[in-house]
Amino acid sequence: MSISPLKEARRAPGSEWLKNHPRFLEQTYLISKRFIAKTYPWMQKLSPRIANKLMVRSEEVLKGWAFNCQMCGQCILHSTGMTCPMNCPKNLRNGPCGGVRHNGNCEVMPDMPCVWVQAWERSQHMTVYVNDIQTLQPPVNRSLQGTSSWANMLDGKDMQTPKGWG
Amino acid sequence: MDLVSNSRLERVLKSGRFAVTAELDAPDSANPDDVYKNALVLSEVCDAINATDAAGANCHMSSMGCCALLTRAGYEPILQVGCRDRNRIAIQGDLLGAAAMGVNTVLCITGDDVSNGDQPEAKRVFDFDSIQLLQVVRTMRDKGVLLSGRKLSTKPRFFIGAVENPFAPPYDWRPLRLAKKAQAGAEFIQTQYCFDMPRFKQFMQRVCDLGLDKRVYILAGVGPLRSFKGAEFMRDRVPGVWIPDDLMHRMEKTPKNKQTTEGKQICIEIIQQVREIAGVAGVHVMAYRQEEMVADIIQKAGLLPRKINQN
Ligand code: SF4
Repeated sequence: MSISPLKEARRAPGSEWLKNHPRFLEQTYLISKRFIAKTYPWMQKLSPRIANKLMVRSEEVLKGWAFNCQMCGQCILHSTGMTCPMNCPKNLRNGPCGGVRHNGNCEVMPDMPCVWVQAWERSQHMTVYVNDIQTLQPPVNRSLQGTSSWANMLDGKDMQTPKGWG
Repeated sequence: MDLVSNSRLERVLKSGRFAVTAELDAPDSANPDDVYKNALVLSEVCDAINATDAAGANCHMSSMGCCALLTRAGYEPILQVGCRDRNRIAIQGDLLGAAAMGVNTVLCITGDDVSNGDQPEAKRVFDFDSIQLLQVVRTMRDKGVLLSGRKLSTKPRFFIGAVENPFAPPYDWRPLRLAKKAQAGAEFIQTQYCFDMPRFKQFMQRVCDLGLDKRVYILAGVGPLRSFKGAEFMRDRVPGVWIPDDLMHRMEKTPKNKQTTEGKQICIEIIQQVREIAGVAGVHVMAYRQEEMVADIIQKAGLLPRKINQN
């Protein structure tokens, strides 16, 4: 079977060490959230365009390396054991499909551990967000693809749901 | 009885009777008779007929098409809505169309991946996941609005179902995921094929501990093994199906010409076992393109007659 570049990328997602230390990541998440909340408005005052570019680029590079971030623009990493759900080939946001293999690997990519099996295990080692994996996640806003989830978090854009969502 | 829909399945379940549903495999044909032929056999032995939505990502007549035919002839179909092939706009439109045609029951599923099907080059959609889909269907029914918030002049009245696979990792999350589905709007559940009884009992125990058996009706998925080879294929190649070693041995030990009968016997035994498990409200019988066998199994398991038309 041939492997597309996308599949290759997914085979080595992020830093394994980091992902296996969800508690460390959880703290990093809390700290960086505060840091960004302080600096971003200030950067925006100087130049909104540059501020935005800087956010997108740094998120692409940092989270790309750490989590194989797919830039969906509405990050829920802390609810999913710091495992990026957009790496699931079915883009599921609320948990695993029924196709997970007996050995815990993905239905679609037999050599990749199921994103949600990892998410579940890691989430159970977290302290602050241990129960957030049970949160019902709304449909993905596809128009935010490629934007900075940090910026969207500060604007509140990442939490906006369509009017008819429950 | 407090009913949310005109679904026959809902009536059966809410009246406390043991429910039976069966799967109709959509034909590779544009001939309505191919649907009716299969439906005729099944309708005698079950309360509702699942019309599959390109199961295994193999292209067949759509669930929508089958349901339209079935409602016309007075059968009670379950529309399967998968997230694999349609985006949110198409799904909501289809739901309205289905309701207008008299479909009373829907089953929200994620869908097998395209890589397993006859057209692995296809684009995956997965705009919703099955849990988001559940909540959208419930909101359309209860609040009468589309996801955008736009009002519907007539609400679709659906009895809403979902699926669960107790036999796939992460096992300890599965009951909690069922809770999430119940929270999102699932009112009944059809499970993946039950072969691993100890695992299923464990799952049901946890489900009952969480009180979920009071919130959703659980139909255990069952089906016959056709042969030892067929069992191997199912275990190794059909996503999400697990067959434990003792059953595999039992099939292997049986002479080749008796394997089909043995597979049927195992299925009947499994039905009898799941009936005894607390929290199980019915069975969902699946056998790819073997409607006659499904009817036979249901009869031999003592689930007939299904007096469903009277109320
Ligand atoms: S097995 Fe896991 S990673 Fe693969 S498609 Fe299913 S949920 Fe996604």
